[in-house]
Amino acid sequence: MQLDFTDFSIILPPTILIAWACALLLVDLFVPKERKGITAFLAALGLALTLGFTVTQIGREATGFNGMVTLDGFAIFTSALILVSGLLGIALACGYLKRMGIERGEYYSLMLFSVTGMLLMTQASDLIIVFLALELLSIPLYVLAAFARPNLQSEEAGLKYFLLGSFSTGFIVYGIALVFGATGTTSLSGIVASTPSLILTIGAALLLIGFGFKIAAVPFHMWTPDVYQGSPSAVTAFMSSGAKIAGFAALLRVFALAFPNLSADLTAVLWALSALTMIVGNFTAISQTDIKRMLAYSSIAHAGYILMAFVPFGNKDVVATSVAAGLFYLFAYVLANFGAWSVVIALEKSEGKGLEISDYMGLAKKYPALAAAMAVFMLSLIGFPPTLGLAGKFYLFRAAVEGGFTGLAIIGALTSLVSAYYYLRVVVNMYMREGDPTVEREPWLDITAAVTAVATVALSVVPQWLFLLAGSAVLKLF
Amino acid sequence: MEFLLQPLTLLTFFPLVGALAILFLKSEWKNAIRWVALVTTLLTFGLSLWALTMFDSTNPNLQLGKPYSWIQVAGWDIQYYLAVDGLSILLVLLTGLLTPISILSTWTAVEDRVKDFMVFFLLLEVGMMGVFLAQDLFLFYIFWEFTLVPMYFLIGLWGGPRRIYAAVKFFLYTMAGSILMLLAILWLGIEGKTFSVPQLIAQGGIPANIQMWLFIAFAAAFAIKVPMFPLHSWLPDAHVEAPTAGSVILAGVLLKMGTYGFLRFNLPLFPEATVQAAPWIALLATIGIIYGAAVSYAQADVKKLVAYSSVSHLGFVMLGLFALNAQGVTGAILQMVNHGVSTGALFLLVGMVYEQTHTREIKVYGGLWKLMPVFGSIMLISALSSMGLPGLNGFVGEFTILLGAFGSKAIGSPWYAGVSAVGVILAAVYILYMFQKMFLGPAGEVAKEHELKDLNWREILTVAPLLVLMFWIGLYPAPFINLIAPAVEKLVIGY
Repeated sequence: MQLDFTDFSIILPPTILIAWACALLLVDLFVPKERKGITAFLAALGLALTLGFTVTQIGREATGFNGMVTLDGFAIFTSALILVSGLLGIALACGYLKRMGIERGEYYSLMLFSVTGMLLMTQASDLIIVFLALELLSIPLYVLAAFARPNLQSEEAGLKYFLLGSFSTGFIVYGIALVFGATGTTSLSGIVASTPSLILTIGAALLLIGFGFKIAAVPFHMWTPDVYQGSPSAVTAFMSSGAKIAGFAALLRVFALAFPNLSADLTAVLWALSALTMIVGNFTAISQTDIKRMLAYSSIAHAGYILMAFVPFGNKDVVATSVAAGLFYLFAYVLANFGAWSVVIALEKSEGKGLEISDYMGLAKKYPALAAAMAVFMLSLIGFPPTLGLAGKFYLFRAAVEGGFTGLAIIGALTSLVSAYYYLRVVVNMYMREGDPTVEREPWLDITAAVTAVATVALSVVPQWLFLLAGSAVLKLF
Repeated sequence: MEFLLQPLTLLTFFPLVGALAILFLKSEWKNAIRWVALVTTLLTFGLSLWALTMFDSTNPNLQLGKPYSWIQVAGWDIQYYLAVDGLSILLVLLTGLLTPISILSTWTAVEDRVKDFMVFFLLLEVGMMGVFLAQDLFLFYIFWEFTLVPMYFLIGLWGGPRRIYAAVKFFLYTMAGSILMLLAILWLGIEGKTFSVPQLIAQGGIPANIQMWLFIAFAAAFAIKVPMFPLHSWLPDAHVEAPTAGSVILAGVLLKMGTYGFLRFNLPLFPEATVQAAPWIALLATIGIIYGAAVSYAQADVKKLVAYSSVSHLGFVMLGLFALNAQGVTGAILQMVNHGVSTGALFLLVGMVYEQTHTREIKVYGGLWKLMPVFGSIMLISALSSMGLPGLNGFVGEFTILLGAFGSKAIGSPWYAGVSAVGVILAAVYILYMFQKMFLGPAGEVAKEHELKDLNWREILTVAPLLVLMFWIGLYPAPFINLIAPAVEKLVIGY
């Protein structure tokens, strides 16, 4: 087996980033304690560089390392989205960590390690790489969740995330083992070529369970609200976007490439998973009074919507459209999600104050721009014009209807109505009730909120290129 | 970029320019903000009149616009397509007229957060114009849903004591209907390979059983908006809690979006389902006419009385639409305008007296005509117009509708029209009851507590255009009917 430069050029972005992260660990030692902003800047620079390299790869299609990694439009799109999430995550973190008194340089290195894992995940075309990438992205996240130590809630979040995360990894490893037992290979192209068997189906189901934990699909979502609530908000914002993109990328690639022959068995399971996730996520969100918990359930619900794009994974005619729809929706979700978290972080006070939905009362009078931005994010998460969320839902429902799953689209539509109820409550509190909230004005928070809000509205008016981009991000089927 | 200079694009998005201009004004400059809003909406009305001068009333087809490709990706064909025809021209004019009137009515009534109010109001006008002009289903859906947002804020921020409840109820009710329509739109888009309404109509050929489902999905959205009995329960809450200007727009324009939706989409897109559904819709419309009138009579709150009368009036519109003949549909379109004019005027007048007394309870009023003679006279004319007195506008619309419904093949029985005619009498009962209690007899409690002033010039100017229209349509409706007729003929030719 010979490795040449082409192999490495395929995984150039994760390679650059992991080197950068290691270097950053060392450099951080020489950054004085009160000037950790420098570390944040360097981390962002690394991400931006990697993003630059990712962009230069647009249009390339290749496989490397004997088919263990793939470079295609799908990988490039999701990688770019992950890198943007990383940048936004740093923008949210730098002021927040200082304010909460948990500013330590290793935060940024850990984030870069996690992002590297995510990038690798989008390219993995062998189950072993999937596993490797999964661990690389998860372990730093466990640490980040507990980053606010000795804050009990944060420690609990870290521990819980670690335990359930390891548990789900166990499922994945067991699934990989069974798949290997059934087919004698771990490469996706090899699996799809082998004859389906019961063992293979069980292996695929176990993989589905493991990924279900990662993307927080019902009934594997129990950890999500506690972890999202307990973790520092900046971590939650990053986790609820980046980790989700990576999880979906792997799920989609593995299932569309390796298991299309099992769709007769698994489509119904995915259907139920998607429907349950939408229903439980949205209905449970209604009763939340804590904004972090509400957003946690909202992120569960959105996982259900994105899962909708997976249901027709075995149908070769529509899989391209539905992948594009899923990616488009992810994009819209990530924008609105980061925006919403930037507002949450702006209102959060130390010791977990300022996180009740009632703390948003009167925001519009005092901080009209911030409230308007939050209203845009809420509307986008509902799927209302003039925001990108509507285009996303439109695209997604279309994929479902086209794939012959009208019932699922109806469930999606009706649960969107339910979601309107709790998202509107934030708007009601901000605009229609009296209160006296105080807000941290940090430049990076304001910039994040402004950029995501403007993008959410503007892209809904001129969505053409985004549609084209998502449409070009198709998986290369074997 | 040529599409930006289309007359209908200018008409639709001109209010947005005003809204942006207002954003740059300080919130303390209340009068400046009001003037900018008023001038913007007056200019928008001017633009709608300009569109009218270019409108060829003998042409039954869509005019003054052409499709531009907006989103074109594999399998997607979404157009930016604004155009107008006889079915919508009057509603566009009505929207153009009622918006500046509403803004004029807020001159002293809205003192709190004037800047936000005007911005939302102008955004609302963008949405309403778009709804009446959009000829692409996706574009239509965007405008349709978008109107909800500013209206939600108008009710929730400047409304009465239960405004939050009313605003959320309004939002969720309307969204519940439209989300089903979204799925039907998707189905049409996937099967027809286009979202363009004229193209979809030309293609036709939707299987009958599927037509029924699509009809129901579209009807769910529109029937809630109209609102048709039994989906009307959001209406009284929204109307009572909304500020006066909001009520005027809600009754005058937003409800028409529902009936217009039936006219523009259900009738031509799903002809077979329409014929099947016609008797049922006629039944619900008739129940709505009688029920709305009866409930109106029972109200102690004058604004609620007017609100429920809308249920009754819109029942007539629905009956006319589903008569599926030229008379019925023409009458229905005319009645949409009439209802906007008369009910709009009633809400304005109720708002004017409420601004002085801060109560809407009928029983505390009395003898207002003597105390406020100008106000009383205007109220009498509006009330008579609303109940359909010959010589005023309401009569022309209702009479044409009833004629159409009597002879309708689609409805199949003259009984619906017969029973609905009773609704006209009931309208006289509740309207005259209200007028008698509030305006005749000895002066009520309110007169003792408040120094009641008659209408000032601004207030008279606000309602004057509506009064002119009441007489104009009532005495000489021909110019209006001529605008509608060719398009209606074309629409009903298939039935």
